[in-house]
Amino acid sequence: MPTSDNKKQAVVTDYNLPDERGHFGPYGGLFVGETLMESIDELNKAYAKFIRDPDFLAELDADLHDYVGRPSPIYYAERLTKETGGAQIYLKREDLNHTGAHKINNTIGQALLAKRMGKTRIIAETGAGQHGVATATVAARLGLECVIYMGAEDIQRQSPNVYRMKLLGAKVVAVTSGSQTLKDALNEALRDWVTNIDNTYYIIGTVAGPHPYPAMVRDFQTIIGRESREQMMAKTGHLPDALVACVGGGSNAIGLFHPFIEDESVSIYGVEAAGLGVETGQHSAPLNAGKPGVLHGNRTYLMADENGEIIETHSISAGLDYPGVGPEHAWLKDIGRAEYVSIKDDEALAAFHQLTRVEGIIPALESSHAVAYAIKLAKTMSKDQTILVCLSGRGDKDIFTIAELEGIEL
Amino acid sequence: MSRLDQCFKALKDSKQKALVPFITAGDPSADFTLNCMHEMVKAGASIIELGVPFSDPMADGPVIQRASERALANRMSLRGVIEIVRAFRETDQTTPVILMGYLNPIEFMGYETFASAAAEAGVDGVLTVDIPPEESADLIAAYDQHGLAPIFLLSPTSHENRIKKVSAVAKGYIYYVSLKGVTGAGNLELGEIETKIKEIKQHTSLPIAIGFGVKNADIAANIAKIGDAVVVGSALINCITDHLDNQTQGQQGISSLLSEMRTAMDAVTQ
Repeated sequence: MPTSDNKKQAVVTDYNLPDERGHFGPYGGLFVGETLMESIDELNKAYAKFIRDPDFLAELDADLHDYVGRPSPIYYAERLTKETGGAQIYLKREDLNHTGAHKINNTIGQALLAKRMGKTRIIAETGAGQHGVATATVAARLGLECVIYMGAEDIQRQSPNVYRMKLLGAKVVAVTSGSQTLKDALNEALRDWVTNIDNTYYIIGTVAGPHPYPAMVRDFQTIIGRESREQMMAKTGHLPDALVACVGGGSNAIGLFHPFIEDESVSIYGVEAAGLGVETGQHSAPLNAGKPGVLHGNRTYLMADENGEIIETHSISAGLDYPGVGPEHAWLKDIGRAEYVSIKDDEALAAFHQLTRVEGIIPALESSHAVAYAIKLAKTMSKDQTILVCLSGRGDKDIFTIAELEGIEL
Repeated sequence: MSRLDQCFKALKDSKQKALVPFITAGDPSADFTLNCMHEMVKAGASIIELGVPFSDPMADGPVIQRASERALANRMSLRGVIEIVRAFRETDQTTPVILMGYLNPIEFMGYETFASAAAEAGVDGVLTVDIPPEESADLIAAYDQHGLAPIFLLSPTSHENRIKKVSAVAKGYIYYVSLKGVTGAGNLELGEIETKIKEIKQHTSLPIAIGFGVKNADIAANIAKIGDAVVVGSALINCITDHLDNQTQGQQGISSLLSEMRTAMDAVTQ
């Protein structure tokens, strides 16, 4: 354990979730209309088959190596560590992947699956645009038609990624219903899927949605944690004492955490977006301030009013601006295996600047939340301990948002 | 015998099919909804489906999405919908009322609290779009306790194993979604629907309601030849949407569309 004042995280053995119907304790499951059940059944069967198929896995491995550029390095942030004082801070550089974030680990996997299922059309939802870009990228490479749903407000916030998707040949559909953000893009993608079920594959970008998505997206993202184990052993001779990753839906986090769940010596910290502060209600931190309910196909912690209506969330980072969270995180929270903390907009912004200034790495605003918490945590730990932070994406997409916030005209 | 069973029996005796209008409760106001329910019964409605507004109506097309948004803007809630049914029952004890919506408001209210309050107010059945039979055991147990019918959907993509699963737990009637897509979309293929209904009837003795895409009296009459009940939703809500500044006109539009449907349906079955 990193410090004596942190409450001890639970010891977990023989971790083997979800069950065959997609449950992580009371969370997860398969909550969709009858119109989607056959398609999801088809997906379940295809996924179960191909994830054990040596040819599929060989193709996936080759793509991750030659196209994505894996393995991504682990970098020792020496100056940040020195400036912070305390534990040694290491960064898992998912920002160096092709397209600039961890999202492509999953889209490569699902697109190869779609191709084997004979689907010719790919759809996806996107918030910050990273998942949309990663989807449009693999669709271009495999020659598949691609439609991306994106909230109208997010299109404003993330215009460089919108242009990128268009360059890649995707059609970007602005979603103007509801709060015009990620959750509404997900609703619209589900409506498209149910309408075009025969030829269309829906690539969900996070570890949410109906079973098998939370398990499948996790399985494609655990490459992050599997590589990290070996790399940290090679670099430091032991496993990290703490893992830190940002949690919106939570795909980069579960990808890092999952291979370490049974390691008692490793503390796990998921960082939600506290926005203007959890106490203000203007945040995206359902694990910190929500309660369990059902949305987008699974049971999990949600931000909703007393009547169960989903409420609008806020975060400086579009990728964390989502009222739900992956059901496996809900379970890890409840059993006490991981601790879910939160970081405010201004704290994330400060970490963004600090990492950029002292390490020459411009992090995504999402990842900046993880960096901000790691800085806080490191100060409570000793110099002989290590923290591994998932630097889930690069921040080039965010420089316009940040410049505008700081009153700078580009 | 439940209100729903009595309703279908009476229709059978008079060689009629059920006409089932759907409106979103609280769109554009609770008073409008209550009055509209009575007017729809006068215009020939057999069963009323009341939509419970939800912030994220994933299975609905734009017409019902907007209705949901208007209702929520008027602070309609699951508890509010139950109150509308209670008020409706003060003068109508025979027309079955079904609530149709999404699971999260019921999760937040609690299954037992909801089932007890709904049954006590006079609700007859509940159709929850985003819960398949596989996840429904606890919910159905609560409904059984209070005599509420759990109503489930089947769709063109439902193969035999799904039809069996739904038939095993459904009560009241089964709602067949007549097209691939969201509410209010597309054109219907009557031949395909007829084949599917015959397949479903091999596994259940429950009445089959058919909906999604029923836009006018002609379609309603054609559907009445195939199924036991015809559900019409988006076409009615369009009447409300087109006359938001004059709700009386919106109501008249709904009544006259339902009357036309009733007449056309009766003409092919009686």
